[in-house]
Amino acid sequence: MDRFTWANGLLEMNETLVIQQRGVRLYDGDEKAKLDVGVVLLSTHRLLWRDQKNHECCICIPLSQIIFFEEQAAGIGKSAKIVIHLHAAPANKDPGPYQHSKFSYIKLSFKEHGQIEFYRRLTEEMTQKRWENTPVSQPIDTTAGPKAGRTRAVGIVGIERKLEEKRKETDKNISEAFEDLSKLMEKAKEMVELSRSIANKIKDKQGDITEDETIRFKSYLLSMGIANPVTRETHGSGTHYHMQLAKQLGDMLQAPLELLSPEDLVNACKMFESLKLPLRLRVFDSGVMVVQLQSHSEEEMIASALDNVSDKGSLTAEEFAKLLGLSVLLAKERLLLAEKMGHLCRDDSVEGLRFYPNLF
Amino acid sequence: MSFEWPWQYNFPPFFTLQPNVDTRQKQLAAWCSLVLSYFRHRKLYTVDVLEAQESPVFNNKKIERKLSVEAIQVVFEELRKKGNLEWMDKNKTRCLIMWRRPEEWGKLIYQWVSKNGMVNSVFTLYELSNGDDTENEEFHGLEDWMLLRSLQALQTEGKAEIITMDDGKGVKFF
Repeated sequence: MDRFTWANGLLEMNETLVIQQRGVRLYDGDEKAKLDVGVVLLSTHRLLWRDQKNHECCICIPLSQIIFFEEQAAGIGKSAKIVIHLHAAPANKDPGPYQHSKFSYIKLSFKEHGQIEFYRRLTEEMTQKRWENTPVSQPIDTTAGPKAGRTRAVGIVGIERKLEEKRKETDKNISEAFEDLSKLMEKAKEMVELSRSIANKIKDKQGDITEDETIRFKSYLLSMGIANPVTRETHGSGTHYHMQLAKQLGDMLQAPLELLSPEDLVNACKMFESLKLPLRLRVFDSGVMVVQLQSHSEEEMIASALDNVSDKGSLTAEEFAKLLGLSVLLAKERLLLAEKMGHLCRDDSVEGLRFYPNLF
Repeated sequence: MSFEWPWQYNFPPFFTLQPNVDTRQKQLAAWCSLVLSYFRHRKLYTVDVLEAQESPVFNNKKIERKLSVEAIQVVFEELRKKGNLEWMDKNKTRCLIMWRRPEEWGKLIYQWVSKNGMVNSVFTLYELSNGDDTENEEFHGLEDWMLLRSLQALQTEGKAEIITMDDGKGVKFF
């Protein structure tokens, strides 16, 4: 903050205002500057700041003093900032709010947003360097000069500081991540204890493994992605979870369910029969699986296919689907089934696949 | 006399090789029967497989359907198994369609020979297939290679003997 000088807030000849933003607090390095919230102004030549309440309090810094700048994203309870790294102040600098500072960078904290646009404009101005073309009356000490060596040292210190900040941030992230891991470790500890207790019971043949323990154990395994542990048949006994799911599906097939993995769905469907639900999972030769109402026996499907085809002379899967209000996939499966049973035959040509009654 | 096409000829599925095994069997039986009767009607004996696709028997322009080359091969294989077809080359590009098997021809020829009391006579092949005497017989106009096969069949049965003469082959009936 010791790079700033007092200003009268007036623009010089050839100097143009580019953008201004209110609600900005200045930081000397990482510390809040002993100034209130104000308006930051960007011109073609300078960066200015003026106290919102006290308009007489105005400071500025030439853009040529800026080495580089970067955005600092907003955090919880923290506004977005622009960090600006600066060259050392020239010896003959006019007085400003700070005589001396241990930091070689400042921050603009945007309490009322506007940082994105400001950053963009600042980038433009720093790229175009319009102040070089139209120098203003005030002499500005630029980077060219005997202070080059020291400037570089300052620059490096600034970079080092940035690295330190990044390191702190990383540390924070890592410890947060490990927090989750420690929770996982606790869960694993529970599982280990349970399995130890079960193992002991088996070893000592001491008492029965309670159903509760079994269910708990299976649910642990399920949540780790191990379906169907320790079962005699794959879907006869099934898991408690799948049983519940199958019942639910049976009850409310129409209602929207939460996201369900296809594997869980199929396993649940396989249990319809054993749970005496009026639904069946049917697997076609092609591997296509469908859920259908129990009433749809095979004969009915074939008979209906034959009736419709005979009625219309011939049908494609698409026409049949439309006729019955089915999906094309299901319609095709029915036609194929009827063909397999010898009731239909096919006509495969460039016009497409069409089914006829089997007159052979 | 125009050829009478069977009902299957105008049934589009007839030109698609049926995946259902039972249906296919019936389909192929119909094809064999059609090929044989068509060739008999037109008195054709040989066919080139690639040209076959354009022949009316495999290509029904009216319903815009034709049998694929693969399907034609399947029909031909079926005919071969039944003894009605013989491949003329190893690559199976050309074949003989025997809408009447050599044994059957042989039988017809022998019937004519014995009916006319010409057993023990010798005939040249030409006399049999193109002679005035045989003009009304079905085997009149029979192609040489077919005639020879038929006589060979009779020979196997001991009813004839093929003899080589100065200007060709001849046969003696017993």
